[in-house]
Amino acid sequence: MKLSELQFGQTAVVSEVLGEDLSLKLFEMGLLPGEEVALENIAPFGDPIAIRVGEYKMCLRLQDAENIEIKLN
Amino acid sequence: MKQEITVALVGNPNSGKTSLFNALTGLNQKVSNFPGTTVDKKTGYTRLNADTRAQIIDLPGTYSLYPKSADELVTYEILRNKAETDFPDLVLFIADASNLKRNLLLLTQVADLGVPVILALNMTDIAERRGVFYDVQLLSDALQVPVVPINARQRKGIAEIKAHLLNEQNYSKHTYYSLSGVNEQLLNEVCEITDKRNTYAALQYAINASVLLNTKARQIRTCFEKYAFDTRGFQEKEILARYHIIDEAVRKSRREKANSKLKSITAQADKILTHRIWGIAIFLGLLFLVFQAIFSWSTYPMDWVEKGFLVSSQWVEDTLPAGVLNDLLVHGILAGLSGVMVFLPQIIILFAFIAILEDVGYMARVGFIMDRIMRPFGMNGKSVVPLISGMACAVPSIMASRSIENKKERLITILVIPLMSCSARLPVYTLLIAMLVPEEAEWGPFNLHGIVMMLMYLVGFGAALFSAFLFKQFIKSETKNYFMMELPGYKLPLAGNILITLFDKGKAFVWGAGKIIVAVSVILWALASFGPRDDMRAVEAKYLQMSMDAGSGKTAEELATMKDAEKLEVSYAGVFGKWIEPVIKPLGFDWKIGIALITSLAAREVFVGTMSTIYSVGGDIEDLNNIRAKMGSEFDNQTGKPKYSLATVWSLMIFYAFALQCMSTISVVQTETRSWKWASIQFVYMTALAYLSSLAVFHLFS
Repeated sequence: MKLSELQFGQTAVVSEVLGEDLSLKLFEMGLLPGEEVALENIAPFGDPIAIRVGEYKMCLRLQDAENIEIKLN
Repeated sequence: MKQEITVALVGNPNSGKTSLFNALTGLNQKVSNFPGTTVDKKTGYTRLNADTRAQIIDLPGTYSLYPKSADELVTYEILRNKAETDFPDLVLFIADASNLKRNLLLLTQVADLGVPVILALNMTDIAERRGVFYDVQLLSDALQVPVVPINARQRKGIAEIKAHLLNEQNYSKHTYYSLSGVNEQLLNEVCEITDKRNTYAALQYAINASVLLNTKARQIRTCFEKYAFDTRGFQEKEILARYHIIDEAVRKSRREKANSKLKSITAQADKILTHRIWGIAIFLGLLFLVFQAIFSWSTYPMDWVEKGFLVSSQWVEDTLPAGVLNDLLVHGILAGLSGVMVFLPQIIILFAFIAILEDVGYMARVGFIMDRIMRPFGMNGKSVVPLISGMACAVPSIMASRSIENKKERLITILVIPLMSCSARLPVYTLLIAMLVPEEAEWGPFNLHGIVMMLMYLVGFGAALFSAFLFKQFIKSETKNYFMMELPGYKLPLAGNILITLFDKGKAFVWGAGKIIVAVSVILWALASFGPRDDMRAVEAKYLQMSMDAGSGKTAEELATMKDAEKLEVSYAGVFGKWIEPVIKPLGFDWKIGIALITSLAAREVFVGTMSTIYSVGGDIEDLNNIRAKMGSEFDNQTGKPKYSLATVWSLMIFYAFALQCMSTISVVQTETRSWKWASIQFVYMTALAYLSSLAVFHLFS
């Protein structure tokens, strides 16, 4: 399952981040394999999305969330 | 111990770095540029004891030492180079305890460069509210770094930090990550090329240099190719390994109290503030409030500034002996200063709003809400705040675009900001709109004047979006664009932080824009005061004659204003105005407007003052009704129609909406993009856009 498909109320664990440029930036921001994620908000125009990663909240675009593989808890 | 130590303040964005900096240095800080860059360097001093003081350098917040934006590059540049004058004796690292793991990543990288580190553990209160506690001693043992718990916003723990700064023996020299997996020959070669002994520092520099910096990039790339070194793969591995080390340390020192998973205020607030309908409504409401503040509240302080300058120019004019010096002071320097200071209230009010919303944490949400809308135009959510600021003044707004990581998106934002209607256009629009519609005219329940004014703001905004879309097609992008941002928890604003930000922004405007406005104002004063000698003499002689003829029926004052108008006509400015008349004639402009276009290069609002001189409106130049009446009653000699027809006035307004008549903007774009190329492209583009649009509008209405 992809992060972009996560629904409100679900939690999941990141299993893989695809895309080289993207993964580095995401790792630096603490979004790495093994971290728990949950969907928090969707922007008014449907994109980007805000997710809880570990202990904080960050936002990213759906096109980037598509490159993040997750496993539902 | 030395009498002065240099301490660099380093940390993630939103870790409370600015609050700690303000708590340590108070108002004892100054802003300059990092050498060779345009990034603000904030330094301040704090006294540690009777003999020692510390110079604190506030480095831009970053997540890692692989920089992605111009801001982050500065942090890296300062920390990497031991020969740099700003190279610190110590890094004071501030970390957000409510999000410790991610914060510590950067700490381990900084320590591995060989700089001693002290850890200030901030926001423990927020962590504790979530049921997370850290044992400071265990954390310090695990990380091998002195740890000081603080609360930067409440200024707690500052004395303890100072005590640690003084205790040189206690500085940590611990390093974390070992390069054991990397080919040793490669490392040796990299150390040689980069002239560094610390292998991690050398490899990191080489990786950054191969993508970012120009020096030695080719040599390094060849070396990487020779050993088939995969930089991306290495960076990923490095970061994951660091997290592994951090995980250990955090696990050892972290205690969690029974589930206190209360719904946080931030989560509740975001439900509303980023809501499909409420989120947009609140954003628009705030925007409306900001405009209300800029346009109506600021009129009072603006009046005071204007009156103050009128009184002081009058005083100078009357006190100093008449002559060129008097003239230069009053009409060159004071006029220029007045033109700068009069906008300060609007700019302060706008930046006060932005600073408060930023400190509260709302501005990140604006980016989140607006990103989708900005994307088709080659910008991202982070472009919104600079664009809105552009409605006050383009100069500080262009500087504010530094936080945009992607070069292309940042460049597009810089290129279109000057199309947003800034405060200097307001007096021009006010005068011209008054010629189109009477002030009292209503259209339904609305004031027609206000509607046309709003239309001009929308025209500016529309042109900005259209131009951004156009630039997007032509500017190449080297990197993928993404939009990733922390949405920090909401906090109550801190007055100290906001006042210091306002002071900085105000200074950036007064110095950044002001010095050029005053300089151009002096040059334009010279152009308008001097002219080909014979012509000037003829005017002088004519009025000397008239003043002696008692029968002219005019007072001395009336004669003086008429003389000023005629002198302007024969001055170099007048000569230029006539010279460009053939070019601007198709737009419906005559040489008089030509003069005003030229003098507007100092700042657009100079248009109003120039018009009042040309139409010899003496006394209070702010008496718009007078200028308007004089301009409106002028008729074209050939056609017999009013000179300022509907077509000419609209054409003029459109010209002022689009043309880049602001030397300060040109200058700041040049420094921010570090090239004349983009400053020139922007100037040519906006001039062409203004010319063609005015031409079209003139023909549409005539």
